Amino acid sequence: MSRTLLLGAVSLLALGTYAQAETTLTIATVNNGDMIRMQKLTDDFTKNNPDIKLDWVTLEENVLRQRVTTDIATKGGQYDVLTIGNYEVPIWAKQGWLAPLEGMPEGYDAGDLLPAIANGLSVDGKLYAAPFYGESAMVMYRTDLAEKAGVTIPDTPNWGQIEEAAAKMTDKDNEVYGICLRGKAGWGENMAFLTAMAHSMDARWFDMDWKPQFDSPEWKETLTKYLDMMNKYGPPGASSNGFNENLSLFQQGKCGMWIDATVAASFVTDPKESTVADKVGYAQFPNKAGKEGRGEWLWSWNLAIPAGSNKVDAAKKFVAWATSKDYTKLVAEKEGWRAAPPGTRTSLYDNADYKAAAPFAEKTIKAINGVDLAHPTSQEVPYIGSQWVAIPEFQGIGTAVGQQFSAALAGQTSADQALQNAQQLTNREMQKAGYPK
Amino acid sequence: MARAVSTRRKITFTVIAWVIGIAIFFPILWTILTSFKTEGEAIASPPSFLFFDWTLENYTTVQERSNYFLHFWNSVVISLGSTVLGLIIAIPAAWSMAFVPGKRTKDVLMWMLSTKMLPPVGVLIPIYLLFRDAGLLDTRTGLVVVLTLMNLPIIVWMLYTYFREIPGEILEAARMDGAGLREEIIYILTPMAVPGIASTLLLNVILAWNEAFWTLNLTAANAAPLTAFIASYSSPEGLFYAKLSAASTMAIAPILILGWFSQKQLVRGLTFGAVK
Repeated sequence: MSRTLLLGAVSLLALGTYAQAETTLTIATVNNGDMIRMQKLTDDFTKNNPDIKLDWVTLEENVLRQRVTTDIATKGGQYDVLTIGNYEVPIWAKQGWLAPLEGMPEGYDAGDLLPAIANGLSVDGKLYAAPFYGESAMVMYRTDLAEKAGVTIPDTPNWGQIEEAAAKMTDKDNEVYGICLRGKAGWGENMAFLTAMAHSMDARWFDMDWKPQFDSPEWKETLTKYLDMMNKYGPPGASSNGFNENLSLFQQGKCGMWIDATVAASFVTDPKESTVADKVGYAQFPNKAGKEGRGEWLWSWNLAIPAGSNKVDAAKKFVAWATSKDYTKLVAEKEGWRAAPPGTRTSLYDNADYKAAAPFAEKTIKAINGVDLAHPTSQEVPYIGSQWVAIPEFQGIGTAVGQQFSAALAGQTSADQALQNAQQLTNREMQKAGYPK
Repeated sequence: MARAVSTRRKITFTVIAWVIGIAIFFPILWTILTSFKTEGEAIASPPSFLFFDWTLENYTTVQERSNYFLHFWNSVVISLGSTVLGLIIAIPAAWSMAFVPGKRTKDVLMWMLSTKMLPPVGVLIPIYLLFRDAGLLDTRTGLVVVLTLMNLPIIVWMLYTYFREIPGEILEAARMDGAGLREEIIYILTPMAVPGIASTLLLNVILAWNEAFWTLNLTAANAAPLTAFIASYSSPEGLFYAKLSAASTMAIAPILILGWFSQKQLVRGLTFGAVK
């Protein structure tokens, strides 16, 4: 018996590798609607480039981040095209991990990319990643509930107006909660929202000497207001709600308002999945009464090429195809303008067909254009950022601080204690990392 | 003689056993049910248990989007390959520990187990670099090697326990009859330990099938098994529960069926030696 097993094992082991086409590009990507659509449309690319074969590796965002970081830091060379966020691009470019996107094929028109997005992807004037789609944040609210409660939400609301509207729309007996916000701990979950909110309330993560600012009155005001609104008008168990949980609550008609990424608009207005598809209104991200700043939020998924790849030319061809104006047109032809990848090109927002098909286009472009990554808040900051801070330590610190704030929302600690802990742990991590640099 | 058990006691225990069994199986059942819902129904609250519009849409989508059979085949090769390779190394090792223990055998066994105490992520970068230089990244061979190393301590420990139950005198008798070491292990020890070896094999196939750290971190497009297939259907932004459930159901179905058919061996092997 063991001889058969041995033979079996050897023959199994022998089934090693696959035959390679002329150039095979391995593309690492995330499981988002726009990316999946791109995979379906790649025939258009391979038809014109028969010598390039595409292999897709689709992973959950956090798995992908870990996987791709390991590979690029060790120069493992497993991927030829990477899908990465605008948080990583400047950090990785400075490490010399990414190939600059110079000499893109003719007709790419890099000048058409939205300046706010392109700036975030450039280091020393060189573009290191091509944006595939971009998003900001806004208020989504139920027009029918607002009417019933007799409140109007202005186009440019402040936090006071939001709180008031939340109070009026809340009807806990019928499981309607005035406001749904992220509470699940994580640098990309509750801290994305809270960083944007804090920036809009004049708070900042660090002063010019990289000293954490959680002991400032601005942070206290931010956290107190957030906890207040959520405790009074939020859904139960909000400390474990992230984007998806809030999306599902909103789609089932349980939220009066939801402040989150603009990409959510296309989900909540999808009649196949949302019970409130025709009752959604939009407003800009709130500010502090009488202040300019609107809590910047800017995220884009981008395609980048690892430095030292020996397939840079083929990879550039693919990146150019996927982020071109022609690709947008291709999507519009096949699936309608509503499905076009948003938030990357000026030309899309000049297009009347798109504006007619996507009622949230106007708010999205306004929010994105309003972003200035070097000045995310009214105070001076030493960092680049929006709902994140562009330092490598932010993932770790952001998640640890997020746990403190999530605990405060769950009622396990007080706001003061959470801020004090956040201050301490951030201070410790920043000193360990050797700031100021 | 077996003790007489009253009917009432029997019923009570049966009911308790069923309740516990259903509670343990419920998450899997829920996954399977969700895979037949639409995304909208998958998140509906209160959720519907059986009365919803059953649909195969998710399975169609998953089939269209992913190459299930490539991932399936990778899983089969990796889990069987690593288990069989592990057994080939572990049977002689366990033999020597069980029948000719030395002064340090106990320490060696403990040391082997201690390698399981380190979180795998602690050695990710060194292993990644070794694999890169050896050209083993994204190959099934590489995964077979690393999963063998991962599971070897468990295999040796399980076999060692089974072998200890076998009287050494039988092996001695074989030796008296002129059996060499090879014959002794292949013709005498192995047949006597078949239930133990079978359950070790099954348990390790299951462990390797479900292993989701190395299989995700050392693969890209070619060698990715079903764990990567599942991971490609999860997302922090967007609704995916129904499709994720369909992918999970497809990924666990083979191992569930294998477990179902071999449960007799599994139970027999796991309780082997429990009653003398």
